[in-house]
Amino acid sequence: MKSPQALQTTPAPDSAVVRGPDEVEVRLRVNGEIRRLSIEPRVSLLDALRDRLDLHGTKKGCNQGACGACTVWVDRRRVLACLTLAISCENREITTIEGLADGDVLHPMQEAFLDADAFQCGYCTPGQIMSAVALLAEGHAGDDEIKEWMSGNLCRCAAYPHIRAAIRRVRDEQGGDRAAH
Amino acid sequence: MRPISYSRVSDVSTAIGTVAADPGSAFLAGGTTQVDLLRIYVEQPRRLVDINDLPLKQVEELPGGGLRLGGLARMSDVAEHPTVRQRYPMVSESLLLGASPQLRHMASVAGNLMQRVRCTYFRDTEAACNKRAPGTGCSAMDGVNRGHAVLGTSDCCIATHPSDLGVALMALDAVVRTEGPAGQRSIPIDDFYLLPGTTPEREHPLTHGELVTGIDLPPLPVAARSRYIKIRDRESYEFALVAVAIAMSVVDGRIAEIRLALGGLATKPWRARAAERVLDGAPATADSFTRAAEAELAGAVPHGMNAFKIELGKRTIVRALTETAQREESA
Repeated sequence: MKSPQALQTTPAPDSAVVRGPDEVEVRLRVNGEIRRLSIEPRVSLLDALRDRLDLHGTKKGCNQGACGACTVWVDRRRVLACLTLAISCENREITTIEGLADGDVLHPMQEAFLDADAFQCGYCTPGQIMSAVALLAEGHAGDDEIKEWMSGNLCRCAAYPHIRAAIRRVRDEQGGDRAAH
Repeated sequence: MRPISYSRVSDVSTAIGTVAADPGSAFLAGGTTQVDLLRIYVEQPRRLVDINDLPLKQVEELPGGGLRLGGLARMSDVAEHPTVRQRYPMVSESLLLGASPQLRHMASVAGNLMQRVRCTYFRDTEAACNKRAPGTGCSAMDGVNRGHAVLGTSDCCIATHPSDLGVALMALDAVVRTEGPAGQRSIPIDDFYLLPGTTPEREHPLTHGELVTGIDLPPLPVAARSRYIKIRDRESYEFALVAVAIAMSVVDGRIAEIRLALGGLATKPWRARAAERVLDGAPATADSFTRAAEAELAGAVPHGMNAFKIELGKRTIVRALTETAQREESA
């Protein structure tokens, strides 16, 4: 066990370095691109994406981890951007709804949401789609599984039947329950 | 959220030393409780020490047949781990019936044990709350307390402990491993959760800077047929009204081994020892099951809106015992 004194004299390479509370430079890799921004450590990944990087696709619903509208991927796993501090995502790979399409070619899940009319107001849709693509990759896309494994994404318009239909369609098109992403 | 400073560390001793040296600091793991409570001013550390790079994410075999869950292993990883599913299905089920897929990818199992209560008055800094602001009283006593506890309560606090995982760990007699400024400790799970008593602000016997490094599951053959049953207001993504973790073996019509723990009913994950005493060696019959449920809830104290939990608790215990006994007979 190091004593506090020992810490001051022999800090570990990346430890005891106190950053903030004022703005610090943070490097984030978002949709394959390195972005530098100056933010306070208390800034959430959600606010960093929307307010600093002008990536408005990720939505702020409840801002307390209850609705799933802010679902993004960090290191290819779906997480909630509202409960994630942006500074904690350095050296991680962030993917947002803006990173899903291949140029002008929509991701199959985006196409399926359009075809299946899987939204009404559309506010929860980016989070639904990020969650849905991850769901297929996680392998829980059986007909009786989708409901449970999409339960972290609320839709107040209650477009759930169409959302599930869109997910089933992509699952069936891609053969089995695993989709490339 | 108030301004905070941030440090990221990569080894356990530096993490502990950094937090221990600064009373205003706290560990940051998955952040699913902490960032939420920071934002509403319920928790107010000045500095977060990010421990997500620490090498504490493994699920490892222990000599003798037990299993060690690294403190930073994610809920989703533990839930899907083949050995956990095979030997301790109640652990896997308790995790999968909690939170949402996104939250389970974020939250660590140590953080799950350390999560704070969901009492609305604890989360409202305008309300009286002995847990958040000792000595201010308890708004829940005569307030909206439908979700609150009926077991293990005190005059100071009736907040329900929200963890599902903790309930399964109570049934298994898991051991929480910690490391802190004074060295390493192994804390039986029952001792890891404190009853509110007159000090509801103190939930765990940990010192500042002491880190949960892992959770040891003991070898327990009967746990391979264990279950976790959760009753709640909606089918998914909701906290328990009542939950039962159960492992039971029946030999020649009598209960040879029983482990029973309750969630949603108590101020800590609750080992149903009174029920276990009734059941141990008793015939596996509806009469035994009913007497066990009555015995466990005999000391329950309702506070208005949550009185229904006493009957719901009894019925859920009886259902868990009945279903498990049927499975044992057909096995």
